[in-house]
Amino acid sequence: MKYRSVFDIIGPVMIGPSSSHTAGAARIGRAARSLFGRKPTKATITFYGSFAKTYRGHGTDVAIVGGILNYDTYDKRIVKALELAEEAGITIEIHESDELTDHPNTARLQLSDGRGNMEIVGISIGGGKMEITELDGFDLKLSGNAPALLVMHQDQYGAIARVATVLAHHRINVSYMQVSRKNKGSQALMTIETDQTVKERVTEEITKLPGITGVTIL
Amino acid sequence: MQFRTIAELVELSESEGIPISEVMIRQEMEATDKTKDEVFAEMARNWSVMEEAVERGISEDIRSHSGLTGGDARKLENYRKTAPVLLSGSHVLEAVSKATAVSEVNAAMGTIVATPTAGACGILPGTVASAGERLQSDEEQKVRALFVAGAIGYCIANNACISGAAGGCQAEVGSATAMAAAAVVEMAGGSASQSAQALAIALKNMLGLVCDPVAGLVEAPCVKRNAMGAAIAMVAADMALAGVESVIPPDEVIEAMYKIGRDMPVSLRETALGGLAATPTARALEREIFKTPCRRSDES
Repeated sequence: MKYRSVFDIIGPVMIGPSSSHTAGAARIGRAARSLFGRKPTKATITFYGSFAKTYRGHGTDVAIVGGILNYDTYDKRIVKALELAEEAGITIEIHESDELTDHPNTARLQLSDGRGNMEIVGISIGGGKMEITELDGFDLKLSGNAPALLVMHQDQYGAIARVATVLAHHRINVSYMQVSRKNKGSQALMTIETDQTVKERVTEEITKLPGITGVTIL
Repeated sequence: MQFRTIAELVELSESEGIPISEVMIRQEMEATDKTKDEVFAEMARNWSVMEEAVERGISEDIRSHSGLTGGDARKLENYRKTAPVLLSGSHVLEAVSKATAVSEVNAAMGTIVATPTAGACGILPGTVASAGERLQSDEEQKVRALFVAGAIGYCIANNACISGAAGGCQAEVGSATAMAAAAVVEMAGGSASQSAQALAIALKNMLGLVCDPVAGLVEAPCVKRNAMGAAIAMVAADMALAGVESVIPPDEVIEAMYKIGRDMPVSLRETALGGLAATPTARALEREIFKTPCRRSDES
């Protein structure tokens, strides 16, 4: 089932005008921010397909920057996100690409600061729902049918076990899990699909574990 | 409590002796592990956002950034209250003006609830608010109507699609119209089966509707399609309450919508390459709004 909750249909509460071009974009931006784990000083955004053609009219640029500022889909500050990003010391660069992508609403985000950088590709699949399809060169294979948790971490002993313990403690069952890493000991990514909805306090607990650099719920 | 199709939804409602709204609430509790109070409170919050959007659209001077839309809800409301004769009737026109209000607020980057999408966000609030006036419904009945709409949308989204890019405007405004028709049937005391008939009658009249937004924006013709969606929802609900049935069962209407959507050329699915978006006036407006001419495949 693509849509699990009634609030996927009656919702989200959002700033107009388009659930896929505005709310979905805001959610992609916010997922990038939470995976990055901190406020970036620079964000480079590339729009593809329908995003590239219509982002100005839909405020997709404003929405995605609002997400990077950690605003929710209904935050009224989204309308002024470009100015607010500048005030917050974030340099924004926006590019349009003609390159063909699998999904018509695709955005690539590169976030960086003095400590590091991160790149994600997000697609907005309609009704405000979105998926992250690529993270720092890792292809993500999410079914989209279940709640998903993305955990960026250092490749080290016990990282997976510690996350699994927190989930078990909150009676959250893992239905699918994938761990990918670039090199031994480098940055790694856990993609976890669960049977139960993961509440915010659970992700907060995971964020505090040693070796965890960023967590987001999709 | 699991349903995937409209037939299963109606069967669950009848076998358990509970309305569609209650079936949806119970399924939501199971799917998300939330209490009934939590689920109901979240929907009540959505309803209050919808009511605020209706109020804003009717009372404020709304203009979108592009200048394409805004101000029609106020015109309609004024006409509804002052015209000596209303051809379509006060309550249909009230749904129309309120749907226009919310859709205009959306185009102006105001706060709305996507139902099922932002492009179709006016129809459900417009219809439920207008029916609520007529039926003197309390808050609970209006919030329950949103769960009915959600149950219908859930079936359409999981068996077909709800985005203009995937299935044309029939998938977006069409779904919202079907959802709203079923919702107000329950508000009026109709049965689950009558709600299902209302959805089928409403969706049938949206089949083939293309998504051809001028300049690619959620404004023209979207605002007026929201207005007419509300009118169709009100009439479809009355037809179902009168005992009129769809010859084609609801689930088959949804499947037909899905197949039509897949057969639709890409130019008529939210790409602004065809339909109204490709008219000389639309192209001129597009150049005006974006100042620089946009490259289009039909011009290359």
